[in-house]
Amino acid sequence: MIAYIVRRLLLAIVTIWAISVLSFVIIQLPPGDFVDAYISRMSANGSAVSAEEAQSLRRLYGLDRPIYVQYAKWMGRVAEGNFGDSMEWQRPVTEVIGDRLWLTMVVSIAAIILTWGIALPIGIYSAVRQYSIGDYIFTFLGFLGIAIPNFLLALIIMYFSFKLFGTSIGGLFSAEYQLAPWSFAKLGDMLAHLPLPAFILAVAGTAQLIRIMRANLLDELRKPYVVTARAKGLTEMRVIMKYPVRAALNPFASSLAYLFPYVVSGSIIVSLVLSLPTVGPLLLTSLIAQDMFLAGTIVLMLGVMTVIGTFLSDLVLMWIDPRIRFQVDE
Amino acid sequence: MRATSAISGIFARLAPWRGVAAAPSAEERIAFATQFQLTWWRFRKHRLAVWSGVIVALFYLVAIFADFIAYTDPHATDARRSYIPPQAIHIFDADGSVSPWVHGLKGKRDLKTFKIVYSVDPESKLYLRFFAEGYRYDLFGLIPTTTHLIGVADGNAEDGLYLLGTDLLGRDLWSRIAVATRISLFIGLAGVMVSLFLGVLLGGISGLYGGTIDTLIQRLIEVIRSIPTIPLWMGLAAALPNDWTTTQIYFAITVIISFIGWTDLARVVRGRFLALRGEDFVTAAELAGASRMRIIFRHMLPSFLSHIIAATSLALPAMIISETSLSFLGLGLRPPAISWGILLQDAQNIQTLGIAPWLLVSAVPVIVIILAFNFLGDGLRDAADPYG
Repeated sequence: MIAYIVRRLLLAIVTIWAISVLSFVIIQLPPGDFVDAYISRMSANGSAVSAEEAQSLRRLYGLDRPIYVQYAKWMGRVAEGNFGDSMEWQRPVTEVIGDRLWLTMVVSIAAIILTWGIALPIGIYSAVRQYSIGDYIFTFLGFLGIAIPNFLLALIIMYFSFKLFGTSIGGLFSAEYQLAPWSFAKLGDMLAHLPLPAFILAVAGTAQLIRIMRANLLDELRKPYVVTARAKGLTEMRVIMKYPVRAALNPFASSLAYLFPYVVSGSIIVSLVLSLPTVGPLLLTSLIAQDMFLAGTIVLMLGVMTVIGTFLSDLVLMWIDPRIRFQVDE
Repeated sequence: MRATSAISGIFARLAPWRGVAAAPSAEERIAFATQFQLTWWRFRKHRLAVWSGVIVALFYLVAIFADFIAYTDPHATDARRSYIPPQAIHIFDADGSVSPWVHGLKGKRDLKTFKIVYSVDPESKLYLRFFAEGYRYDLFGLIPTTTHLIGVADGNAEDGLYLLGTDLLGRDLWSRIAVATRISLFIGLAGVMVSLFLGVLLGGISGLYGGTIDTLIQRLIEVIRSIPTIPLWMGLAAALPNDWTTTQIYFAITVIISFIGWTDLARVVRGRFLALRGEDFVTAAELAGASRMRIIFRHMLPSFLSHIIAATSLALPAMIISETSLSFLGLGLRPPAISWGILLQDAQNIQTLGIAPWLLVSAVPVIVIILAFNFLGDGLRDAADPYG
């Protein structure tokens, strides 16, 4: 069990390292460096920067050193919580990101809870009533859910709500709470806005989970112990819920590990369509403005949050599924 | 892959056995059939998958003959034709004969805003013709021609034909969707090729050698899968230099997108290698003194080729969604290139959709092709195990 946790932890650390390298690559990729951008900004303001000054600036920021040294220095600064300044906003990156990172996570986690909440009962229903009308309808809807990219679904829902109710449904807060400090009223307002984006994000994942749940439960239902339970006179509800559902639930829980990065990914693009105050729109504007410290930091933070989330879901899985615990002990 | 068996159960009911193995002679046929024949027979049973295959083929035909199917130049702008709604096609003429026609448009100056407003002219009738004359293009990029699938009997298609309406710049949506099909479908294909190469190579090494290399590659796959992809692509795509040509960007986007696809393919290939390594016929070939390369390519590869094809057709829709998403965000292909994502970019905000809801039509081919690829892939995956 300890070995399992250690192995997962090591994997998480390697993943975070890989993400940090990729984020650094993103920061480095555009032609020119921070000093070039600084020079052009200064000359736009009318003050010139001489070649010597540029050189000393480069030395100051370590930009004349080899790339791996620069990476190490950047990581060192990140470890201290210093992510650099956003060139576009002229403020520290952490300040610009502010609540947005947490809101991204709130939307993603809500989406995952909703995914489970929808997929579990429908999956059970589809397996128990295999080939019923309901099963066919859910299978069809499931395929449709997979086929419609979530940003398209957001667009379509936006259009119809605009057509039918004449209001735009975007955002996470009502206008009066947008800039207000956090309070219970604001929290309530957010919870009222949360279901729609969560639903849009949940749809695709739900479809896959229903398929998995249905198939797993069907496999279980064919096993002899189900017949035995039924022969012993257990109620149908108990026969199904007590053992087969529990056994079928394990692969279901393990899907959390892939679901989390998937939903976080999706939240970026859905946030843009629905104009949610998550990191999505910020990432896009920063990328278009080539504000690379901001963009790189967002990618890094999103990645790290995802890895932590995945690691936690691994722990949850181990807690749910005794087979993993025992397998690990051997 | 247990999910598949359930889905195949549904398919099997939708498409009952069509008498392939009914008679004893059929049993003989199965005993002597090649792997490919067995797979094909099994695939044929899945009617939904077969029809999806037909739809996919039709889409690729549209992609190849895109210019022929378009009737106006997809790049030609005309401010006067901005946001014209789609036309209704009337099949029957006044005398009851079948000769499809549409109403023409009439420009009238709005006396309040002094803008020219176009409206349907109930007086005019434009008869549609197949194989009509239109703008000049090169078929397959080689043969210069002016023939198009549809056009207007006498006169220019540009002046009166708007089957799916126009966008802000007055470009015809039908023609643009046809031409966009080409880039959207082929970028998926190119991306799948790259990830197929990576997947088969790394998955093959992983399954074949096992041990430390296997562990390393498996961990690498786990690491890649736990990274949220869209922010990463966005970062990489945005970092492409602005002065690159459309072709270069096209190529770079393909490579970026194919970084997701290969992990799934590698898993399939590795799984098959592991499963086959212990099979009797592989041992027999080894004992007969066949070289390693011969065993892989002559004996092992044919038996899981169909798995690879199935995995590929399931990877394609993901590629298409990726390209569409990136272009939709404005970070993928850039105009003047035309892809579904670029078309959807026009329909991005609610104000535009309020004025021109028909711009959402570009979403239809995306949804249809993804559905078709999913059904096709599911059918292929089930057919890939002819003895299963």
